[in-house]
Amino acid sequence: MYFDSLGALVHMDGHGVYVWSAYMITLVVIIFILLSPIRRKNRILSEMAGELRRSQGAPSTDEESNASGT
Amino acid sequence: MWTFFHKLGSPPWLYGISGTILRYLLPVTLVALAVGMVWGLLYTAPDFRQGNSYRIIYIHVPAAVVALAGYYVMAIAGAVSLIWKMKMADIAMKSCAPIGAALTFVALVTGAIWGKPTWGTWWVWDARITSMLILLFLYLGVIALYEAYDNKAAAGKACAVLTLVGTVNIPIIYKSVDWWYSLHQPASIKFTGESSIDTSMLYPLLLTISAFYLMFTCALLMNMRAEILERERRTKWVSKLAGMESD
Repeated sequence: MYFDSLGALVHMDGHGVYVWSAYMITLVVIIFILLSPIRRKNRILSEMAGELRRSQGAPSTDEESNASGT
Repeated sequence: MWTFFHKLGSPPWLYGISGTILRYLLPVTLVALAVGMVWGLLYTAPDFRQGNSYRIIYIHVPAAVVALAGYYVMAIAGAVSLIWKMKMADIAMKSCAPIGAALTFVALVTGAIWGKPTWGTWWVWDARITSMLILLFLYLGVIALYEAYDNKAAAGKACAVLTLVGTVNIPIIYKSVDWWYSLHQPASIKFTGESSIDTSMLYPLLLTISAFYLMFTCALLMNMRAEILERERRTKWVSKLAGMESD
């Protein structure tokens, strides 16, 4: 490693604030880029699974929704 | 050859094959991103003129390079959907826009943060920076235009036209540092001739650039998969898929 200590790594001769904030923002955006399509896909599939259950008229799910509604 | 193109137009086939590709590509991408960033942050020497702030290069340059490359992909997909009316090309074009916008945003923000200790200012209306800002607006424009139409076919056509008109901006971005007197430094890596960057700094940079390309590919495939499901929700194969998920 180039830096002698953790303190030096964080501080980076006064540039630490810039470097670390830039990396943090990038990391957040990368996580957003990769997670948002996964969440969208799961949402669509679970919506469709719900529709499917309703159209098949499964009695157990109806009872559940009634029970939770009252 | 033609059967391949035929398959490419088939949503279930593309959904299946992209799932298989992602199973291997996504872990590789995450490892490459982690190794590249840690290498750049921890194991390279500081720049003799800019000090440690130059470490931002390992995210700034890849984000900017892939944001531009993403625009090419979007423009080609737009042209294909306009000319051959391929449904998958339209899906690919739409899927590029949010990733490109996010990467352009990263390039601009990290550039501003890098500019403060290096140039003494967060922002200048410089040719390179302004043309990157226009790129961000083009990406956002495509997203907004898509949402503005109820008719998806009309939306796709309008977006494809906007995308193709916007390609004018791409050579301007590339050449801006040479054409105008600019604060922004010229390219350090050249395919022809000597690069002006030391190999100890070049290797981690090439790694993060590759990692960002891989990330773009993964995100594009994942966005396309979600979009395919959305558009094909009334079909049998998607119902079957949803039925399997709920069991």
